[in-house]
Amino acid sequence: MRGCTCRQTVNRCGYSEGDEIMDDVLRYDHVDISYNGRKVVKEISFTVSEGEILGIVGESGSGKSTVIKAAMGLLGQNGLCTRGDIWYRDKNLTELSAEVLRKLCGPELGMIFQNSGASFCPVRTVEDQLYESVKAHRPVSREEFRREAAELMRRTGLEEGGRVLKSYPFELSGGMQQRVGIAAAMLLKPAVLFADEPTSALDTITQKQVVEEMLLIRKTFGTAIVLVTHNIGVIRAMADKVLVMKDGIMCEYGDARQVLSSPQHQYTKALLEAVPKLKINTKSPVHLERSLAGHIGFL
Amino acid sequence: MNVIKMEPVLRVENLTGIYKGKNGRDPKTAFTAVDHVSFELMPGECLGIIGESGSGKSTLVNMIIRLLDAAEGSVILDGEDITTARGKELRKIYRKMQMVFQSPQESFDPRRTLSDGIGEGLRNSGMSGREAKEESIRLMKLCGLDPELAGCYPHEVSGGQCQRAAIARALAVKPKLLICDEATSALDVTIQKEIIELLDELRSREKEGFSILFICHDIALVQQFCDRVLVLYKGRIVEEGCPDDIINDPKDEYTKRLIAGVL
Repeated sequence: MRGCTCRQTVNRCGYSEGDEIMDDVLRYDHVDISYNGRKVVKEISFTVSEGEILGIVGESGSGKSTVIKAAMGLLGQNGLCTRGDIWYRDKNLTELSAEVLRKLCGPELGMIFQNSGASFCPVRTVEDQLYESVKAHRPVSREEFRREAAELMRRTGLEEGGRVLKSYPFELSGGMQQRVGIAAAMLLKPAVLFADEPTSALDTITQKQVVEEMLLIRKTFGTAIVLVTHNIGVIRAMADKVLVMKDGIMCEYGDARQVLSSPQHQYTKALLEAVPKLKINTKSPVHLERSLAGHIGFL
Repeated sequence: MNVIKMEPVLRVENLTGIYKGKNGRDPKTAFTAVDHVSFELMPGECLGIIGESGSGKSTLVNMIIRLLDAAEGSVILDGEDITTARGKELRKIYRKMQMVFQSPQESFDPRRTLSDGIGEGLRNSGMSGREAKEESIRLMKLCGLDPELAGCYPHEVSGGQCQRAAIARALAVKPKLLICDEATSALDVTIQKEIIELLDELRSREKEGFSILFICHDIALVQQFCDRVLVLYKGRIVEEGCPDDIINDPKDEYTKRLIAGVL
């Protein structure tokens, strides 16, 4: 499975910093995961290189979230990685102690959840909470943090960074909360960003903003992203590689364009057929705009 | 179908919804979520309402189904003004109008079995327990559910199965209008497709035929399923028409952005 490069990435999304072949930052090697002794994820193997985006797609209960929780040590008391290895660079995450893994989570492995708003404390400002998370991993003054946060927000297209920092989470819209969740993860500049359904709770306009922000993060920082979603549109817009899961098993894995345009597995075919597609007249100006934006012509 | 001569199932006129300000009276913080919205829904028609979060879709629906009081305007269901209906009147109204919500599991009583939940409306309308059970099993079959699930509790079945049960429950009282508020948003695409096909099939059957008000933020789904669509932005209707026309030639800037947002 080794040897995937970021060359595809350069072609698709303009990540141009690394023209040379990069090493994998994350590698799942025949991973099985069980909950209460029942195997829920079987034989999962994939690799993610620097600056690469892997989309994991499947229906509810297919085990896609479990796969990324295993890397972050978030399986809980009843969950266990029973076979295989999860490699982050040269570290086997399944063998690390909780203490060592906790130090990696944040500066090396970041995570964005479906509902970022719910992961913030409602009675403290965004700034207090983000500052606390950064300070837990490295010494930083409040001033320095503010500068860094404002710079990050500017670079990731989040306007009004100052106002956002001073706000309480409930004062922000769902989309803004989600973007703050992304900023919270990115402040520690992780090498790998796990995103669990980051756009599922958002409407189409905000969803597009979040997708663009994540692509910008990859372009700016070269972050590898593992994106779990059931939204094929988001996968199509972002992923370089895609892994399709059903009932805890890998159905299909490969280049996103190839899998989405000519699926081999019966389940992938059914999944793609079920996606409602916007039917646009080829003579319509909307068609031209969407073609230019890259939404049409890739499926 | 000659729709011109038909009376609309639902007529909404100048409906306005205002969330009162702090302490329920501060006019400075009052917020108009729905602003003079008017539309009609004809028998057998499926009308989609699209818009981003906060555009007023759910407030509009909540006023129609009387979960919220309208500040202004009227809602006429099957020729009857229901804008201020309460108590017993509401029970009668809910035999003509039923809802299917976003989270199927949450819309069922967790302590009652699916057939109990489906048959509740029938028992309330005077049917005996036995008859109600038989009818709920017929409805389950109609909605593609295995009758063996009749004794299951909502948490024991999948989201898709539970949503089918919610549709069966809504159809039990043979409503003229079915309101689906993001009814497929929480489901996987494969299940979503099944539910849409089920609704489409049921709607076209003469016996169960009903109109649908379909609230959704997925434009592609609305195009596939609805006869007509309203685009709601900041509580106002900014565009209205056939989905294909609106998608291919949007007039309003907001509609253009909404379509551009579809990935």
